[in-house]
Amino acid sequence: MRWIWIDKFVEFTPRKSATAIKNVSLAEEHLHDLYPAFPIVPHSLIIEGMAQTAGILVGEARNFEEKVILAKVSRATFHRLVRPGETITFSANIEQLNEQGASIAGTVKVSGEPVADIELMFSHIDQNMAGLEFPEHNFVFTEQFTELLKTYRMNGTITL
Amino acid sequence: MAREEIYEKVKGVLVDALGVDEEEVTPTAVIKDDLGAESIDFLDISFRLEKAFGIKIGKGEMMPENLASDPTKVQNGMLTPVGISELKERMPRTDFSEFEKDPKVDNMSKLFTVDTIVNFVESKVGTAV
Repeated sequence: MRWIWIDKFVEFTPRKSATAIKNVSLAEEHLHDLYPAFPIVPHSLIIEGMAQTAGILVGEARNFEEKVILAKVSRATFHRLVRPGETITFSANIEQLNEQGASIAGTVKVSGEPVADIELMFSHIDQNMAGLEFPEHNFVFTEQFTELLKTYRMNGTITL
Repeated sequence: MAREEIYEKVKGVLVDALGVDEEEVTPTAVIKDDLGAESIDFLDISFRLEKAFGIKIGKGEMMPENLASDPTKVQNGMLTPVGISELKERMPRTDFSEFEKDPKVDNMSKLFTVDTIVNFVESKVGTAV
C-alpha cells in the first residue's frame, strides 16, 4: 500500500499555502477497522492528510533540501465525521518558517462544512538534532510525494 | 512594555504551547522539568513569542546551543569556567549558584525557567527598533 493520504493539489502558493483534496472510497480497508458497519475516516488519518499537504508545502519552501518531519500536533479539533463518498479538502497555511522548522495552521472541510482545525509543527531535523546522524539522501520526500506537486504543476499545461 | 505585561503574555504562550494550566506557570518553573517541554516545544515557544511580541528570534539566541561541541567550553560532560562564563553572558539575570555546584551539560536545562524567557523577551523588546 502507498502511504499517501491526499489525491491531488488544487492550489499551491509557495511558502504560503496549499490546498489538497482526497476522495474517500468505501474500498479503502482502513475505513472498516474502527467501527464495524459504520465506516468513517479515522481522525489520525485526517491529521496525516493535513501533515502531507503541509509537509510538501514546507519542503518546497526550501527546494526539498531539508528533511521535514512532523514534530508536533499542536492542536486538533474535530467537528464532524467523514464518510465514504465524500471529498476532503485540506487547506494549510504557513504561519512561521525559519531554518529550524515551520508552524502550520490548517482547516479541513467536506462540502464547505468544517471537519477539523489542525495546527502542526514541522522540524528540519538536520538543523535540530545536532549530533545525530541521518542518511544523506532525503528519505522524507520520496517520489510519491514530489510527484503530487509535479502533477499539479503540469495540469496547467496539459491539454487533451 | 512593562515586565508584568511581558510576564502575562509569556504565560499565555506557555499555556498554549505546552498545554499546561496557568497555575503551573510560575516565575521559577523550569520549562523542561516542571512544564514538561520537549525539544520541539522550544521551537514552538520561539515561534509563538515572535508572533506575540513582534520580534525575531535567531537560532540559539533564546537557548544557547553548540556549547557541547566546543572543547574549551565543555569537557567530560561538564561546562568549563570558559563555558560557564559564556553562558552567563548569554543568559543575563539568571541565577547560576545551583548550576555552578554541578555544571553538567545535562543540568543546563534547569537554568531555563519562565523568568529566563521573560528576561529574554524584555531584552528583545527593549532593543527592538
